[in-house]
Amino acid sequence: MWKFVVRRILIMIPQLVVLSILVFILAKVMPGDALSGLVETPGVDSSTIEDMRTTLGINDPVHVQYLNWIKGLSQGDLGTSYIHQRPVLELLEARLWNTVYLSAAILFLTYLIAIPLGITAGRFHDSLIDKLIVGYNYITYATPLFIFALLMLFVFGFQLQWFPTGGSADINLEPGTFSYYMDKIYHLLLPALSGALLATVGTIQYLRNEIIDTKMKDFIKTAKSKGVPEAKIYSHHILRNSFLPIAAFLGYEITGLITGSIFLESIFSYPGIGQLFLQSISQRDFSVVTALVMVTGVATLIGTLLSDIILSLVDPRIRVE
Amino acid sequence: MSNDDILLQVEDLTTSFRIDEQFYPANDHINLDVYENEIVAIVGESGCGKSAFGHSIMGMHHQEQTKISGKIHFKGVDLLSYSNTQLNKVRGKEISMIFQDPLTALNPLMIVGKQIEEGMKYHTKLSKNKRKQKAIEILNEVKIPQPERVYSQYPHELSGGMRQRIVIAIAIACEPSLIIADEPTTALDVTIQARIIDLLKELKRRMKTSIILITHDLGVVSEMADRIAVMYAGEFVEIGEVKRFLKNPLHPYSKSLLYSLPSKNNQGEKLHVIKGVVPSLNHLQRQGCRFKPRMNGTDDSIHEETPTLREVEKGHWVRCTCYKHFHIENSHQVVEEEKDDVFQGQ
Repeated sequence: MWKFVVRRILIMIPQLVVLSILVFILAKVMPGDALSGLVETPGVDSSTIEDMRTTLGINDPVHVQYLNWIKGLSQGDLGTSYIHQRPVLELLEARLWNTVYLSAAILFLTYLIAIPLGITAGRFHDSLIDKLIVGYNYITYATPLFIFALLMLFVFGFQLQWFPTGGSADINLEPGTFSYYMDKIYHLLLPALSGALLATVGTIQYLRNEIIDTKMKDFIKTAKSKGVPEAKIYSHHILRNSFLPIAAFLGYEITGLITGSIFLESIFSYPGIGQLFLQSISQRDFSVVTALVMVTGVATLIGTLLSDIILSLVDPRIRVE
Repeated sequence: MSNDDILLQVEDLTTSFRIDEQFYPANDHINLDVYENEIVAIVGESGCGKSAFGHSIMGMHHQEQTKISGKIHFKGVDLLSYSNTQLNKVRGKEISMIFQDPLTALNPLMIVGKQIEEGMKYHTKLSKNKRKQKAIEILNEVKIPQPERVYSQYPHELSGGMRQRIVIAIAIACEPSLIIADEPTTALDVTIQARIIDLLKELKRRMKTSIILITHDLGVVSEMADRIAVMYAGEFVEIGEVKRFLKNPLHPYSKSLLYSLPSKNNQGEKLHVIKGVVPSLNHLQRQGCRFKPRMNGTDDSIHEETPTLREVEKGHWVRCTCYKHFHIENSHQVVEEEKDDVFQGQ
């Protein structure tokens, strides 16, 4: 088991190198840089701007820039934001955690809703309840997140005023206290619920189909012929086998959540990396954008790593020595 | 054999499956007795209703897709009157099943020891440790080398033959009085087949179990079974003792089956071919002799209008009167006539 995990982590190293090169190239081929918008600014001389470019290292050969960037990365230095004039790491830290909280909340709520619904639909497939659940799935699949989130915000935030309409915590509360954390959760609920209600589609559909499939398998007949009661057949044989694809998709789910939170964060004015990402792109804040893409990429790799570890825990066939 | 020895008595059993909102019988008014400590083979082509029969006995069919009528007497009770919960007390404990494909019949995520134990959990009061002990004993009985080690292995770590032994181990775990073996050797290669057959025979001898052997392999039948019941299109067309049956098959279908096998007597000759295939449930002509369409233009007069199973000699039953007029005199000639149909027939 440990061998498998270590080997799986070693595989990540070349993946990280390739990822970093891709991210760097993509950022470089984007037209303009953080200073191009300043050219037209009155009072700023174009030679001054050229001087600034040299100081910032933008005029260096590409490979030198890449190596400098990697050197910084390996020391935990993500560079300095051109726009904010602050270290990127500092800029990211608070927002990154907010996004992680939001994603975790969405993931938790998604599974909380999707797993019981998926199991019910699969177990009683073609019944009325199954048709209702599949109907719900079609509707949520077809609903765009940015409209649904706006609607949720309008109804539950502004009309009913059950939830706050923006921010991640009340500024009057002392960070670190119990009520501060409760308030953070309170702020999370509405965006997380909006995201989760739509994110359930994949999990419900997969679980349902997988259960219907597994029900027909020969080993279920074997279990039945042993005299195992139906409820136990579900809990001991069908469910564990049906959860395999859900476990396999956990990694992609995590990636999707982190990138998908861009809409949610903008709509709910929630200070996470999504918001920062949009701003940084429009301002050509090169170092922040590359840092963010890098972070998302690493999150993806960690997500797939998690998937593989979970899969190897539940499926003995994957534990390759 | 007297009536006291009857373990299972199937009476007028009809099992119908739903196809497009209509029910079609896959087993049509079937009668069969299974005596204690005997092996009855049920043979026939694919799709003739053998497996449906085996599944009916254990109530394994999907309830909404199937209609079952008739009686299945087993140890003084009618299994068809049992609810699913009541049947769970019989399945695995009194009657168990051996499945065809050992590659799919085992749960891939569960160690084989636990799969053998599972039935005991519901049918016995053995403690966890005792169950494990028993499971290892059973592994030993089905001739698995190093049973302690295999106990905690997963199915994918075992070979096909080993897995079939595990499937058998599951079936005998609670020492049932009847085992339904649904093509237990079909998915195995020939050498493994022979060993599995020996194992089943030995277990039957030791445990005094009856076995219903569902197969389309007459070789397996001659090696294992005491009696044979030939099934065609959902009906038994001939029932008798295996030895006598092999020497003197009566029903045209039985004869054709035997003549289509290679043997010492027909070396160098082309084998007999039965025209066509078993008609599917919703296209089956249910009036008259069901085998007639595959008998190469026989006269209506030799068939009964409503064929019944008759005892022609003691313990030897045949359906329809057409057997009196059907001969495969020269298998060579038969093949010449049907040359063009050879490929359709397969």
